[in-house]
Amino acid sequence: MNIIVCVKQVPDTNEVRIDPVKNTLIRDGVPSILNPDDANALEEALKIKDENPDTYVTVLTMGPPQAKEMLAECLAMGADEGILLSDRALGGSDTWATSNALAKGIKKIGNYDLIFAGRQAIDGDTAQVGPQLAEKLDIPQVTYVKECRISGKDIIVKRALENGYENIKIQMPCLLTAIKELNNPRYMSVLGIYRACRQEVSVWSAKDIAISEEEAGLEASPTNVFKSFTPAPKGKGITIEGDTPKEIISSLIGKLKEKHII
Amino acid sequence: MNFSPTKEQQMIRKMVREFAENEIKPIVEEMDEEAKYPYETVEKAAKLGLLGMPFPKEYGGCGTDYVAYAIAIEELSRVCGSHGVIVQTHCALCCWPILTYGTEEQKRKYLPDLLSGKKLGAFGLTEPNAGTDAAGQQTKAVDMGDHWLLNGTKIFISGGGIADVYIIMAMTDKSKGTKGISAFIVEKGMNGFKRGKKENKMGIRGSIAAELVFEDCKIPKENLLGDIGKGFKVAMTSLDVGRLGIGCQALGIAQGAFDDTVVYMKSRKQFGRTLDKFQALAFEMAEMKTRIDAARFLLYNAADRRDRGLPSSVEVAQAKLYASEAAMYVTTKAVQFHGGYGYIKDYPVERRMRDAKITEIYEGTSEVMKMVISGEIFK
Repeated sequence: MNIIVCVKQVPDTNEVRIDPVKNTLIRDGVPSILNPDDANALEEALKIKDENPDTYVTVLTMGPPQAKEMLAECLAMGADEGILLSDRALGGSDTWATSNALAKGIKKIGNYDLIFAGRQAIDGDTAQVGPQLAEKLDIPQVTYVKECRISGKDIIVKRALENGYENIKIQMPCLLTAIKELNNPRYMSVLGIYRACRQEVSVWSAKDIAISEEEAGLEASPTNVFKSFTPAPKGKGITIEGDTPKEIISSLIGKLKEKHII
Repeated sequence: MNFSPTKEQQMIRKMVREFAENEIKPIVEEMDEEAKYPYETVEKAAKLGLLGMPFPKEYGGCGTDYVAYAIAIEELSRVCGSHGVIVQTHCALCCWPILTYGTEEQKRKYLPDLLSGKKLGAFGLTEPNAGTDAAGQQTKAVDMGDHWLLNGTKIFISGGGIADVYIIMAMTDKSKGTKGISAFIVEKGMNGFKRGKKENKMGIRGSIAAELVFEDCKIPKENLLGDIGKGFKVAMTSLDVGRLGIGCQALGIAQGAFDDTVVYMKSRKQFGRTLDKFQALAFEMAEMKTRIDAARFLLYNAADRRDRGLPSSVEVAQAKLYASEAAMYVTTKAVQFHGGYGYIKDYPVERRMRDAKITEIYEGTSEVMKMVISGEIFK
């Protein structure tokens, strides 16, 4: 079985700061990590590989050269191959242009039964790339997968909804997006690390994936980041004081009644 | 002379740090409070390969260099000194002597299970009357023809009662002094071998230290490790590997205490400003960081020499001496800079100070380290 996992290297948003003058993310010195939902996607692919050792897991990403480090980590977790789509022409891509590039990359890889992606990236938070990719590859998709098992040529998944879940049977080849409830991503192993460091990651340019200028990068992006900013603080709020819990609760209820909340 | 870590070493550090923060940190308080051996996390560490790092793949190890191993012990210890010593004792004092002195049969019999963590290893040298004076072994092994008969007691044995495989030193010929000591592989469950008293310790409370009692314990002939009369050499050379691990344990404990103190000082306000704005305190932190990094390079140098097949007994003695003293200094200051909060168990810093002390004592006291170093200077 051939699985492609689409991953993204993102700044660790726990540490991110906004430049007060330029209103953009300060990426310098902020550690980069494998996007958490993508780690869940990779873990699920690796779990399938644990059960079926002749499964081949390819990890694909679009990003700057430093994304090679993240791919090395994916290999150290157990992936078989890593591919980086990297080119100046691909820079500034929004989700639409990104999914164009990834789709072209996947077409170049060729054979696949399953594509796994994370639900969304912690820097963009759009959750658009997975679904766009499925449409461009013309394959069925299920998003928000919280449980998954292979059943012959199909996959049975549980799709998380706000107030429940759906049981869906989907035919391969297909695309699934993973949420954090799907699994607990494994750590890199010692042997995995040493193996990954001996392995080369393939780097493909825009030319290698035959993507045209109209489909790639900033120019091909129908959406643009207009402004990034820290919202103005709402105000300190009121600390409710009192000598006993009963008193504090009484005071709280009084205030909620005043505001007609209860 | 290349002072930069390799890609592998960087990734090892990252992996062990994440593992320690996510898997070990949540259980440390309870482990320390109840002096509970952390079976689950040791098993998880084993699954990642951490119990067999610098050993040949041929026997089930990972074939890493000793610098990577040193980094792993440091990162485990940064979160929990007990986990650091558990892993290093297993590797240095049980796996290493079997690899180095074992027959092919012994290596094939014991190493795969030990290196995968399926079995845990320990080392029994210390006795009530033989601590630093390790040559004063009173545990006796008598050749009974078709087996050895072991009688005696060992104390303060890390992993005592928990481990499955023990390297035990015993006197086989008292007339020959240190050359009359031999090493044996003893397994849990062998007749006449039992765990005695479990010690209630000041620190590293997740690592169990216990008495081992041998009463007419029958050991198979083929369990002699190395040649007869070579037990003291087995012990001393194994301790050389152990000293690297203990030094790294000390380094990790110091680094963890230091990191916690930086965070505390950036948030704690007194007299209208955060503690990091007080120069006296900031200067002391500069001193602490310098000593931690000095310890680090002494340790990596010793590990690197081992990787290159160069003698490293003196270098590792220097590294362990320095790192353990640095750990006591740093953790004591760390408690001090936390003020009253440093004394309370709600904060992890007091545990680090309690954990640090033993690094100046076991696997060769600081005094023994000075004997080794001065012996080299004045030989």
